Amino acid sequence: MNNAAQDVRRDLWRPLQGVSWRYLAVILPLSLVTLWGLIAWGYQLHHGIGVAGIRRPVFWGFYLVDFVFWIGISHAGTLISAILRLTDAEWRKPVTRAAEAITVFALMIGGMFPIVHLGRAWIFYWLVPYPNSRLLWPNFRSPLVWDLTAISTYLIGSTIFLFLPLIPDVAQLAKHTTGWRRWLYRRLALGWTGSDREWHALERAMKLMAGIILAVAVSVHTVVAWDFSMAVAPMWHSTIFGPYFVAGAIFSGIAALIIAMAVIRKTMRLEQYLTPHHFNNLAKLLLLMSLLWTYFTVAENLTAWYGNEPKEMAVFGARARGVYAPYFWTMVVCNFFVPFVLLGIKKLRSIKTALIASVTVLIGMWLERYIIIIPTLSRPRLTAAWGSYAPSWVEISITVATFTTMVVLYLSFAKLFPIISIWEFKPHDRVSES
Amino acid sequence: MGAKVSEHRWGMAIDLDRCTGCQACVAACHAENNLPVSNPEQAAKGRAVHWIRVDRYYEGEFPNVRVKYRPVLCQQCDEAPCEPVCPVYATYKNPEGLNVQVYNRCVGTRYCANNCPYSVRFFNWFDPAWPEPLQLQHNPDVSIREGGVMEKCTFCIQRIQRAEEDGSSDIQPACVQSCPAEAMVFGDLNDSESNVSRLAGSGRATQLLGELGTKPKVFYLERAK
Repeated sequence: MNNAAQDVRRDLWRPLQGVSWRYLAVILPLSLVTLWGLIAWGYQLHHGIGVAGIRRPVFWGFYLVDFVFWIGISHAGTLISAILRLTDAEWRKPVTRAAEAITVFALMIGGMFPIVHLGRAWIFYWLVPYPNSRLLWPNFRSPLVWDLTAISTYLIGSTIFLFLPLIPDVAQLAKHTTGWRRWLYRRLALGWTGSDREWHALERAMKLMAGIILAVAVSVHTVVAWDFSMAVAPMWHSTIFGPYFVAGAIFSGIAALIIAMAVIRKTMRLEQYLTPHHFNNLAKLLLLMSLLWTYFTVAENLTAWYGNEPKEMAVFGARARGVYAPYFWTMVVCNFFVPFVLLGIKKLRSIKTALIASVTVLIGMWLERYIIIIPTLSRPRLTAAWGSYAPSWVEISITVATFTTMVVLYLSFAKLFPIISIWEFKPHDRVSES
Repeated sequence: MGAKVSEHRWGMAIDLDRCTGCQACVAACHAENNLPVSNPEQAAKGRAVHWIRVDRYYEGEFPNVRVKYRPVLCQQCDEAPCEPVCPVYATYKNPEGLNVQVYNRCVGTRYCANNCPYSVRFFNWFDPAWPEPLQLQHNPDVSIREGGVMEKCTFCIQRIQRAEEDGSSDIQPACVQSCPAEAMVFGDLNDSESNVSRLAGSGRATQLLGELGTKPKVFYLERAK
């Protein structure tokens, strides 16, 4: 084994060793917030969903906003890494695993929300088509059943997609560790020996999975969009919601990826591996998606405004100049102006500005889901039924807890597995050496 | 399955020119259908349950204001938007054309309520509670709904069932029975001789948000302008 390869392994294994007090100082308080979120959920289960702020006519609130937001974040991994894998983009190599891990964890969190928001969460499995003595089936015409199908498929698919390229790395780790870690890595390595046949099979499996996961990812967020656009509610019943949501999902996914990479780079001292070159490329992707998102947003709102249909205008007015206007215009600034200025002007584009833009994009994209869900519900067709919405401490606690949960899960993953794929990185390193 | 033609197709006509907005129908519905009693905080939040409500619309500028009342209850749509979106078939069309809610099957997604253009679906945010001694006047023919399930007007299906068992043809939902102005008429739309059929076919009949193609079975009678 040459020196360069040994350096790579040393650098990328270093974060796995030991637990520093700084690591604990981050993980423990965040875990407490997560615990608080679970307590809030337990409180809701015990007392009834009424402890949340949702009310007639706003039957869907923060939980659905969080649901769409996290499913959106999950598009970081799969789409980015699948697209880059399929197009054989060399620069993707240190990026893919960080992205794929985001997908799996964001999906776990996002997938919880449809259950959290149920009136009777303990019988959520009635949506699953399982054989039962009463011969009852779920209603396959309901977008919520499509949702359940799409998201569970996506979770299984993206877990496989994360796991497959992990196999050669854990096989290596199993050789060089002891105790429970060795036990864990050996189980996960599935008896990988590194023969040509295995490498070949892995390559083929990854190509296949990249293709499959791409289709699944697009369909998942389309189905999430259809939860809304299948309803006859004003401003929901829109034909472009499918692609609009997919674009928004990739947009927020890239932002999440940039933030995760910037944090990993600093805290794990991986500056040599995650270079300004990677951030530059991702920043350009983020800018591209920002423009696409803006295009969709303009198309969606301009046509509604020009059409001047009273029921739609009630919602449009509430968004653009009514009670929801502060959220709406903050969203426009966060999602369009900030990335456009910081990343569009070449001189300003750097790791720092990409990080700033990514944070505002995440805020903006959360607000976007709020802007899509709440104003429509608060302005139903019969004006006598109009209402409002304000979240309760339960919804806010659970929402905040999802963010801390994400960080805790991600940091735990980075402690157990190399966050940069070592075997994929090494050949690339050798090429650049020669 | 197939297209089974049912004997009955229940419908209602409400004469808006007769309605005085007295809310007797609302009170009668509460008593008949064991509706949960709200409290001031929950009511202020918009969580009070009224299977029938009287919407008020104001016309003109002060001081020449005209108030128009419109009692709104489940329109028992033939093409109900609430039905296809339910993931567990908790809401479906029964053989007599009623849009019914199966409380025990409902998991509480609230999708049906979002997709109802009339906003007539109500959710049990908590387990229902009645201040003593109101629980003693519960109607034994109507089930109590637990927290976390959706509910709405049933056209007093318990009275329809009772009448069918007794072989009687005199069926009146609680709201119709209690309307002092006799603004509401209930009956069988399949019977061309019934009052409701006559009124539904009259030139004064309109359907609320009929342009959505929901085909409501509640007809509002108004003086043609």
